[in-house]
Amino acid sequence: MDQFLQTLKDSMAIGSLYALIALGYTMVYGILKFINFAHSDVVVLGAWSSLVFANWAKTHAGWEQTPWWFGSLVLVAAMAFCGTVGFLIERLAYRPLRGAPRLNVLITAIGVSLFLQNAGQLEFIFGTRPRSIPALVVDRSLLTVGRVHLNLLDAIGFVTAVALMVGLDWLVFRTKMGRAMRAVSFSPQTAGLMGVPVDRVISFTFVLGSVLAATGGFLWALKYTQVNQPADTGWTLVGLKAFVAAVVGGIGNVRGAMLGGLAIGVLEQFGSAYLSSSLSDVYVFSLLIVVLLFRPSGILGQAVPEKV
Amino acid sequence: MSLLAEQARSMRPAWGGSLARGLAPLAAGLVLAVVLQVFIRPYIDPYPAKLLLDIGINCVLAVSLTMVNGFTGQFSMGHAGFMAVGGYASGIVTYYASMRLWGSPEAAGGVLSGILDLQGLPLVTKGDVLFLFSLLVGGTVSGLLGVAVGLPSLRLRGDYLAIVTLGFGEIVRVLIQQTRPVLGTAEEVRSTPTWQLPSHVGGSLGFSGIPTYTSLFWVYLAVAVTLIAAFRLKTGTFGRAFLSIREDEIAAEAMGIKTTRYKVTAFVIAAFFAGIAGGLFSHTLGIGLSAEAAGFLKSFDVIIMVVLGGLGSISGAAAAAVVVTLLPEWLRPVAEYRMVIYALALILMMIFRPKGLFGVREIWERAAWSWLPGWRPAKGARR
Amino acid sequence: MTSDAPMLDIRGVCKSFGGLKAVSDFSVALPPGRLHGLIGPNGAGKTTVFNLLTGVYPPDSGDVRLAGRSLRGLKPHQRAAAGLARTFQNIRLFPDLSVLDNVKIACHVRTTHTMAEAILRLPRHRAEERAITERARRMLAIFDLDDRQTEDAKNLPYGAQRRLEIARALATEPKVLLLDEPAAGMNPQEKLGLRALIRKVLADFGLTILLIEHDMGVVMDICDRITVLDYGVIIAEGPPAQIQKNPKVIEAYLGEPATAEA
Repeated sequence: MDQFLQTLKDSMAIGSLYALIALGYTMVYGILKFINFAHSDVVVLGAWSSLVFANWAKTHAGWEQTPWWFGSLVLVAAMAFCGTVGFLIERLAYRPLRGAPRLNVLITAIGVSLFLQNAGQLEFIFGTRPRSIPALVVDRSLLTVGRVHLNLLDAIGFVTAVALMVGLDWLVFRTKMGRAMRAVSFSPQTAGLMGVPVDRVISFTFVLGSVLAATGGFLWALKYTQVNQPADTGWTLVGLKAFVAAVVGGIGNVRGAMLGGLAIGVLEQFGSAYLSSSLSDVYVFSLLIVVLLFRPSGILGQAVPEKV
Repeated sequence: MSLLAEQARSMRPAWGGSLARGLAPLAAGLVLAVVLQVFIRPYIDPYPAKLLLDIGINCVLAVSLTMVNGFTGQFSMGHAGFMAVGGYASGIVTYYASMRLWGSPEAAGGVLSGILDLQGLPLVTKGDVLFLFSLLVGGTVSGLLGVAVGLPSLRLRGDYLAIVTLGFGEIVRVLIQQTRPVLGTAEEVRSTPTWQLPSHVGGSLGFSGIPTYTSLFWVYLAVAVTLIAAFRLKTGTFGRAFLSIREDEIAAEAMGIKTTRYKVTAFVIAAFFAGIAGGLFSHTLGIGLSAEAAGFLKSFDVIIMVVLGGLGSISGAAAAAVVVTLLPEWLRPVAEYRMVIYALALILMMIFRPKGLFGVREIWERAAWSWLPGWRPAKGARR
Repeated sequence: MTSDAPMLDIRGVCKSFGGLKAVSDFSVALPPGRLHGLIGPNGAGKTTVFNLLTGVYPPDSGDVRLAGRSLRGLKPHQRAAAGLARTFQNIRLFPDLSVLDNVKIACHVRTTHTMAEAILRLPRHRAEERAITERARRMLAIFDLDDRQTEDAKNLPYGAQRRLEIARALATEPKVLLLDEPAAGMNPQEKLGLRALIRKVLADFGLTILLIEHDMGVVMDICDRITVLDYGVIIAEGPPAQIQKNPKVIEAYLGEPATAEA
């Protein structure tokens, strides 16, 4: 029972992170119909910029113990940084290719991803070694069931992720910008003719996705403390799993991405706990293949026939 | 019977001439491979020789990936996975067969070590036969995996293949890491049932001790075979069918092209040749074959070759393989910028020359050079 | 099969998208050699009929028979092999391939050699490649495209692209040809040429043609019979003279008058 609860807690913690990252994939896919391979690298940027900013501010402020609001300040800084990077990526790399064949956009995305990874590896940027983020929150146990502790950090991570997802859902389904996003996703040409500022909506989507990615990276750093070097394959795997989450939930579908993220978290954690921990990646990709075989449009997705 | 087939019957050439002309390029490739091994290899240092091997192996990889990413317009990102599978499979064959047959994993005479310095060995030794067999096994195993990976994802839209193949490479890597240690002595090998041998490939420590059969001869023979097969596919009716899928899948299907079947076929052929390349790689002197061979980085390298060369250009991919293999040598002073430069090249290429340097054309076609400043179309072609 | 048995027999085909009935109970029978027109206002479901015939989407109900053989469950490429070829309303050539290659690709469905034979360059491959080249060239000559065979298809002028699409469709050796607005975007001169061309290929290739066309001049001139579709339902069928006078047809076209342009 303890093991079950512990695994469930871990599933939710990691699943909500996957969901946050998956949202970025799914929103871009929904609007531009391509896999933004560079998204996982924006997550990495989120983690590293949090780390760098936290270190810098801490040394300059000379605090003994960080004030409670410092964590949110770091998060906001990371969000602003990643949002800007996301905006620039779209503007410089993807916009010139608007309307180009999908393959070209895909290759560009791979190029952007490689660029972010390897530029980050440079010694004067983040370097090639893992580093640790300073403790931003004093962790303590909030709740204990059996021998399972629910810690403050877990709670913060989960609550932040859920709050952002609820906020995003509201934004997409209840606001004018959300309506514009859905219109562009349906047909950019028609939306443009109806007076929707397509370029601005696309930029907004990228910024939003990157901000969520920054949060994902920040929470990741908070959870694991150690932040691996930007080109570490582990990061690519995180991104891949989040993408699988988006596909499983139904690519292009915001609620599907959240559901898919949690599903991947559950699969991975329970597979590791009850079967074999070294094969956790294998479960996730096997799930992807099963979904592609039997329900290619995902749990909440709808199949859209191509117009001839 | 179709009109076409009827017409073709009256045009059928004689078998003898067809066969002779069909095999002539292969014979030329064989001669080239022998020349490289016998007349070039003894006069160069081991290091440039190793570079030549790398160039050849990368040529096979790039040309094979061109068939998927260039011809059919699908996008595979797990080519290194297939290469690793082929490398391990053929390594298992030569290592454990050598142990069983000859009690030692040492190379039982390499082909051209025989030619150079006969040492009483026949021209083609038993070791070479085993090596050739192992290469075919590596290619076949890799090709079969290609079916398993390609079928589900190629039934769907193109970009799923990218993600599935990327995941596939990772699965291969993780699974290889789970394997058991290499059996080091002939007694151990004899006492282990044959079906268990493939699981003893060293796990995360890597598969060491594979005999070193790879030589310029074998590599450039493989290059010749790959190039010939790729050209003949491209210039024939199947290659045009592949290209039509890239151009417009719906129109291709309406013209009677079995799009799903051909996408999978191209993918499997590519996986086969990647497996061969893997076999050549794993039998190279000084290579500790490890799970990392299946990783993204190698896949990305091959993708860069294909994209730079031109999506669909065989000679372009081969030329890019040469350049990309030599580039780290030239970029050594700025080694840490190598990948940054690749990445920027990829992005800029997509923005300014989206079909790659040579597009679908071959290097000797006039239209391949349209990216040069001052280029004019050939006189015959009206614009 | 007797000569008056239909070459293309469409029986009660229905298709809905979501709640919208795109095509309901569509039945038409074309005897061999017929040139049959399919007209109707925009959005009447004409192209949907073509997509149902060629297997782009499956019909909800109904059956299509080609030369007596049911096409149920066949994929588009299998239908092409069975003898059904089409052109597209919004031209779908292979843009980056040469004009000649565009036609050669359509010959592929009639080849019999294997991939191994192609790689080894065995006699059957060589013979079929020669035959393909010869047929493709002849096809281009018929459509007056033979002096542009090395150009990329995307660089052809619009009218030539339309002709290339028909040439490509014919290269699959079809029994039935489906033409989707072949005259769209052509100038009056080209339209006149197109009429003659369609009549010529109908006779020379022993075809049966189903033609979607908005240009009433073309339709009324060359079609033997015409089916009129409105909101996915057949509202009239008959010879051109009769269709022109049919009050239901005139009503359907109100606001979009059926004037002869050419």
